[in-house]
This record gives sequence, C-alpha cells and structure tokens, in this order.
Amino acid sequence: MSPESYVILAAVLFTIGTVGVLVRRNAIVVFMSIELMLNAANLAFVAFARMQGNLEGQVIAFFVMVVAAAEVVVGLAIIVAIYRSRRSASIDEPNLLKY
Amino acid sequence: MNPDVMVAPEIDYLALLPMIIVGVAAVLGVIVETFVGRGARRPVQLVLVFGSLAGAFAALVWQSSTRSLEVEGALAIDGPGILLMGLVLIVAFVGAMLMAERQLDPAGDSFAPRASALPGSVDERELTKRGYLQTEVWPLFLFAVVGMMLFITSTNLLVMFVALEVMSLPLYLLAGMARRRRLLSQEAALKYFILGAFSSAFFLFGAALVYGFSGSVEFSAIADALAAKPGETALIVIGLAMLVVGLLFKVGAVPFHQWVPDVYQGSPAPVTAFMAAAVKVAAFGAMLRLLYVAFGGLRWDWEPLLWVVAGLTMIVGSIVAIAQTDIKRMIAYSSIAQAGFILIGVSTATAEGLWASIFYLVAYSFTTLGIFAVISMVRDSGGEATRIEQWSGLGRTNPVIATCFAIFMLALAGIPLTSGFIAKFVVFEAALAVDAVALVIVGVIASVIAAFFYVRIIVVMFFRDPIEGAPRVAVPSGFTTLALSISVAVTVILGILPQPVLDLIERAGVFLR
Repeated sequence: MSPESYVILAAVLFTIGTVGVLVRRNAIVVFMSIELMLNAANLAFVAFARMQGNLEGQVIAFFVMVVAAAEVVVGLAIIVAIYRSRRSASIDEPNLLKY
Repeated sequence: MNPDVMVAPEIDYLALLPMIIVGVAAVLGVIVETFVGRGARRPVQLVLVFGSLAGAFAALVWQSSTRSLEVEGALAIDGPGILLMGLVLIVAFVGAMLMAERQLDPAGDSFAPRASALPGSVDERELTKRGYLQTEVWPLFLFAVVGMMLFITSTNLLVMFVALEVMSLPLYLLAGMARRRRLLSQEAALKYFILGAFSSAFFLFGAALVYGFSGSVEFSAIADALAAKPGETALIVIGLAMLVVGLLFKVGAVPFHQWVPDVYQGSPAPVTAFMAAAVKVAAFGAMLRLLYVAFGGLRWDWEPLLWVVAGLTMIVGSIVAIAQTDIKRMIAYSSIAQAGFILIGVSTATAEGLWASIFYLVAYSFTTLGIFAVISMVRDSGGEATRIEQWSGLGRTNPVIATCFAIFMLALAGIPLTSGFIAKFVVFEAALAVDAVALVIVGVIASVIAAFFYVRIIVVMFFRDPIEGAPRVAVPSGFTTLALSISVAVTVILGILPQPVLDLIERAGVFLR
C-alpha cells in the first residue's frame, strides 16, 4: 500500500472522530472520539514522514502520545468529578449555563 | 538528518531564563504540595509564585536585548516575543493577587477546599469548617504561565502544540474548582475541556497537513516551502485553515465562541480574570507569529478569512451582549467582541497591525483584570452577585468601587481618555493603512452597539435605587486592592499618556524569521 492511502485513512478516522464528538452524548465516548482525532493526526504524521523521507513526523507522533496521555488524566478527572456530583456522564445534562 | 551523527543542540540558557524560572517554580510547587505541612503550604506557595513571576520578569528585562532563535530554531526570543512574555508575566502577577485573596469569602479563598469532595457533602462542610485552603491551584497556575510563554515564543508547530496543551490543561482544572456554585463550575470545566480538546485536535491535524506539504514543522521551513512550491496549495490551505481554527477557538472568535460565556460565568472570578486576559495575550501572540512568520506567503488566502471572522466576531459579540442579564456573561460576550477588534489588527499583516494588536492586548488585559476584581468583590450570601439588577444603586452605596467599574466600562466602550479609545484608534489606523475601510466601518458600528450595554451598566449602578437584599461589597485585603488599583491606573494612564508604551512596542520591532 502506498503512503497516500494511509493519509486518506487518517482523514477518514479524523472525520469519524469529529462526527463522534458532535453526535454522541456520553462524555466518555465524546472523549474517545477526541482521542481518535489525535491518533488520526498521528497516523497522518507518520505517513507524511514516510513520504517526505525524514524522521520528524515519527518523532512528533511520540510527543503527541505523551500529550494525549496528559489530556486523558485531566479529562477523566473532570468527567469523574461531574459523574460523582450528578450521577451521570451525559454531556447534555449539565445545562445550568445557557444563553 | 543523519542518524550517525547526533549533535547535542546548543541551548543558550540565559535567554530562556524567564521560562526556566517559572517552570522550575511550578515543579517545586508540586514538591511543596507533597512534603510541606498543610499549615505552611499556602505561604510557601505564595512566595514561590510571586517570587518566580517577579524573578522571571527581572530576567526578561535583563535579557531584553536578545534577538535570536534558540534551541535549534524552536523558540524565538525576539522583540514582540519578549514584550508579550512580559505582558503575560505582569498579568499573571496581578491575576495571582486576585487568586490569593481570602478575605472576600467568609469561608476562605475562591477555591473549593478539596476539588474531589462532592459539592455540598458532609466531607466538604467539614473541610470548610476546618478552614482548609486548596493550594494545588498554585502549581497549576504556574504551569499555565509556562505554557503561555512557550506558546508566544514557539517557532515550530510541534512546540506550539505542546505549549498549547501545557497552557490549557491546568486552566481546564482551575475552571472547575470554584468554592461556590460548584455544579456550575464543574459544568464550565467539562465544556471548556471537551471543546478545548476538540479544537486542539483540529490544530494537530492541521499541523500534520502542513508537515505533509513542507516536510518540516518549523516556521522558517514552511515559509521556504511556500516560496518554493507556489502552485500546489490545496494541502497547505486546508492545513492552515485547521491551525487557525484551533487558535481562533482559544481567543474565542465567532463562530468558535460558544464556550466563552459558559466558562467565564462558571469559573471562579479570579481564574476567569487570569484566563480572559492571559490566554488572549498568549493565543494572539501565537496566532500573529504563525500567520506572519510561517504563512506570510499565503497572506492573500488568510486575510479575507480573518476579515470575515473579525467582522462577525465584533457584531455577534456586541449584539448578543445586549440581551445578557448576568454580568459575567455580558463581559464574556464583550470579550468576544474585543477579540474581533484585535483580529482587525492581526488581519492587516503589517508591522503597524502587529503593534496595534499588541497595544490592544495590553489595554484589554488590564481592563479585564480590573473588571473581574470588582466582580469578585460584589457578593451576596451565595457568593458573587452577578445578576445585573443586583448591581442597581451600587454607585450610591459604594461610589469608589462603582467608579472603578464605570472606568472599565468606558474603556471597553472605547471612550476617550481611557486605554480602550487609544487601542481602538491604533487598530483602526492600521486597518485604514491597508485600505480595509469596510472592516473599520463594521468596527465602528459594533462599537456603537457595544456602547449601549456598557453605558447601561453605568446607568444601573448610578441612577437606580438599590433593590431588596442588595449585595454588599466585601472589604478586600491588600491583594485585591492592589490588583484593582493597578488595573485602574493602567487603564487611565494608557488613555492619557499612551506614547511611552506605543514607543516601547514599536522599538520591539517585528518577529524574527
């Protein structure tokens, strides 16, 4: 398979992630969709690194993994705190702030 | 890159000293949390925070003649970078004073005694009764400041992405830690986090596309690749658009502004003050550098886009603010409108536009700090009294505080003799220099619309009788008093004598390429 196919796959995964964030209601699933978007970017970086013939893209992928892990820590902490006080992880239910 | 020869990068630690000081202090803050007894933590943390911010500022002034690319070209310590870092440090210093305040709320400071305790639970009441104060906010705060300084100086999309996250992650947590109205605060944190992570994913994918085009994420290499391959622009234009979406989200520009009112309203007022002022400075600094240094060659593609976004941001922000009944929400929409005015400066793609944007950021950030200082002082039994009708008659019961707030309102409206007037003036001047007449007209119309709700607050404060159960203005300690005095002083002095600051900004020159 040529590297171009991986770039297209990355774009498809990114789109799936975006749609997931927009339509899903459960905060955990929304969060997983965001992780999917980050990993789609990683795949694109690695595929482009292959096409460009340098290592930068692969190195960047490692950095992104670390950042994504840090994001999981913060995100899950917030979601767990909300779940404990509301007994629900739906992102539609916290609706005290509006207009 | 030859894998056989690994050369250690040369790093000029002196030029990076300001960032290193704040970063080390942040790490020390985490260690203090672990090893210092509960009673001594707060004083130790405060010494660390104020000491490191002051030390970093001193180091910045000492190194202020540096104009070089550092760490193999990953960071640019140049004129605008140093200026904006200095602004972030001052804003952080004043913001830290607001966060350190603990006389306004009878129970302690503005943060929950323990963020993990259930709101309203027995646990939490017990902790409050014992007078526990959260000190973990201080390392988080310092990490956010480091992220901002990196964000402003990064000349590399990878460093910029990491800095974006280092800046944002602590802020998501800080937004959810309010002592009062925790449910609102947690909701703000969730919304800020989900939408923030969503936008940074866009930023990252944009970076990947740009890398695919240019084979490097360094700004200079991107600019060279643009010059070398003028025809093939599909990949890079989409990449640029996604990068800009990520940054426009951070500054709260329409149509990426939905999180702003919720987060500003739900977060504790001191955090909102710091976030509203410093994040705007950092994100606009990064946006200016990205567009001017890396994508100067694509100017004809991004200028029209920014014109539309700037116009929409000013108009939508101003119109929706009119309908608000909560003062924090109104200020949030007004800050959206203000972002539109700064975007005018950004969209000019000239040195004058860069300087005008920086001046606007200086004026806006101090006004915002002052506004939230006042909001944190006007309280009723449930915490901050933020419904606008509760503010009726404040000018009669507390003329000093109401006058301060009126000055800030006039500054945001852009009335002469305040910093806001000069800021709008220089931005419009820069736009007229590149013949963006339509944008200036939209800006003036938006200012007129906006003046309505700013003046309405003044009318409510000075010409209405106080309502039943009106909020009282809590007597603050020296922290808030000093922060408020600095904000008022800067707002007025920049309005009367702006020239020294304008000269300073012009002397800083343009971004290093």
